[in-house]
Amino acid sequence: MSGTGPVLRLDDLTVTFGTRRGPAQAVAGVSWEVGRGETLALVGESGSGKSMSVLAATGLTPRSARVAGQVQLLGEDLLADTEPRRRQRRGRHIGFVFQDPMTSLNPVLPIGRQVSEACEEHLGMTRRQARDRAVELLDLVGIPSARERIEAYPHQFSGGMRQRVVIAMALGCDPDLLIADEPTTALDVTTQAQIVELVASLQERLGTAVVWITHDLGVVAGIADRVAVMYGGRIVEQARVDDLFAHPSHPYTEALLAARPDPAHAGGELPAISGSPPSPLDLPPGCAFWPRCPVRGDARCEHELPPLREVGGGHVVRTFYRSEDIGRSA
Amino acid sequence: MSGHEAMSDHESSFRRAVATLRRDPLAVAGAVVLAVLVVVGVLGPWLAPSGTNDVDVNHMLAHPTWAHPFGTDELGRDVLSRVIVAARVSLEVAVVSVGLALAVGVLIGLVSGYYRGWVDNALMRCMDVLFAFPVLLLAVAIVAVLGPGLTTAMVAIGVVYAPIFARVTRASVLSVREQVFVRAAVSIGTSDARIMRRHVLPNIAAPLIVQTSLSLAFAILSEAALSFLGLGVQPPAPSWGRMLYDGRGFVTDAWWLGVFPGAAIFVTVLAFNLVGDALRDVLDPRQLTLSEARRSTR
Repeated sequence: MSGTGPVLRLDDLTVTFGTRRGPAQAVAGVSWEVGRGETLALVGESGSGKSMSVLAATGLTPRSARVAGQVQLLGEDLLADTEPRRRQRRGRHIGFVFQDPMTSLNPVLPIGRQVSEACEEHLGMTRRQARDRAVELLDLVGIPSARERIEAYPHQFSGGMRQRVVIAMALGCDPDLLIADEPTTALDVTTQAQIVELVASLQERLGTAVVWITHDLGVVAGIADRVAVMYGGRIVEQARVDDLFAHPSHPYTEALLAARPDPAHAGGELPAISGSPPSPLDLPPGCAFWPRCPVRGDARCEHELPPLREVGGGHVVRTFYRSEDIGRSA
Repeated sequence: MSGHEAMSDHESSFRRAVATLRRDPLAVAGAVVLAVLVVVGVLGPWLAPSGTNDVDVNHMLAHPTWAHPFGTDELGRDVLSRVIVAARVSLEVAVVSVGLALAVGVLIGLVSGYYRGWVDNALMRCMDVLFAFPVLLLAVAIVAVLGPGLTTAMVAIGVVYAPIFARVTRASVLSVREQVFVRAAVSIGTSDARIMRRHVLPNIAAPLIVQTSLSLAFAILSEAALSFLGLGVQPPAPSWGRMLYDGRGFVTDAWWLGVFPGAAIFVTVLAFNLVGDALRDVLDPRQLTLSEARRSTR
């Protein structure tokens, strides 16, 4: 489709839920973009707003959510569209892969019919064309003897195979963007690796943009081009993947990286981040991470929201200080 | 089934249905009874040994004999013939009224459960109002307004059972619509109508089938009750309920007037329940036996 601009671009996106105890801010001013053939990983704990920002961007939030900000899909505003048109554009240009392949397939519909659903809906294919397309897609994601399997039901597949089917479904209309919401979390480690590899190779072949939502930094290292780390509804650090792993600049990112198991130092206890994430009903006035922060490198951290600062080469971080300046090696 | 040749949906589920039914002797019995009932319902007037209103004045209230296997009633009419001809009435009422209830109830339940909000509230409160009346009282009221007769009875029974289908449907839809595959369908831009038809409806089929089989049985009972009260089938046309009503004055002298129509009701209701139970198992692909599952995944 159109030119060289970003496939999806979020500008100052905010999602607020009205609750009985006041407004809850799930996403607070998030901006990022993802280009053709690029993979952006959104990393953060549960409730950090990573899934909600994507759902809001594509118009899939529950009705009680208030969404503000700008979202552009292929250069055109998506939030301003009417619901039917948004539904049409979403279906045509975006594919979704959800976390649990056990529940993201309809148990009483043969998989072939599910895989070709988007094609039937948006490309106006006939039954026969859709069937051929389903076989083609299942072949693409590595389901053996696809033609014989399209009449099979989801329960006749293993978890990894099911996730392949879900990916085939998401690729139905050759989307420009694939959104994967923790697609490997429910799978065992070997299968995870296969799925990551599959998505990477598909992306190379099809040039799809990928937004990969995860809390697994191992997966991030394997697949992402850029990483956005989210905390308390905000992006706290965004950088190219090697840059982020080599020079984490936000205390939260550092703590996350330190909490990864390292085979070289097996047996020891892993460092954990004490405390728990802030409630979206009651975000701290300053840096959301301040109550748990081991650094607290500036007096303003407690009361004033740190701005996103560029620290070089597209690497941005939400702190008042540079790690070097307060005598810590990054 | 040999190997895994490509079969159409229809063929495979039909074969599965037959295979499952074969393993369940009670379901086979129920199906056979229903098949016999349908044949009797269709061919009734030709099968009956004598006309339903032929009067044998020499044998009024006669015990069952070879000439009148189910005996005769107070006017000397052959009870067997009347039971046979009445099968059509019962089946017709059951199928039409439950069909009506199913169509109306499922539509209301589907819309309520899927859209929720004020639509749900409005529709469900209407259903609650219908529910608040005792079943028979409501049916009697409807018949009173529309006038007694077979068609009215069907409409009344249909209206009375629609809220049950609406509730069963809505409850199932509420759980199914939260499933990830529905969200997935929404995310790829599938229309609401298509999601309801393709993703929601097939997933709530099992409770609906069970409810349908139970309702068919209840509809037959309701028709019997309405006719028993003189509000359904009008004499001299026979209906099982009407026959019970007519025979109630003679229970102590002529047991066959009550027993045979009563037994017909009993057997029919039982057969519907047995088949409904088996159908639920058949129509759910997750109930595939292990051997079948293994064969098709190989």
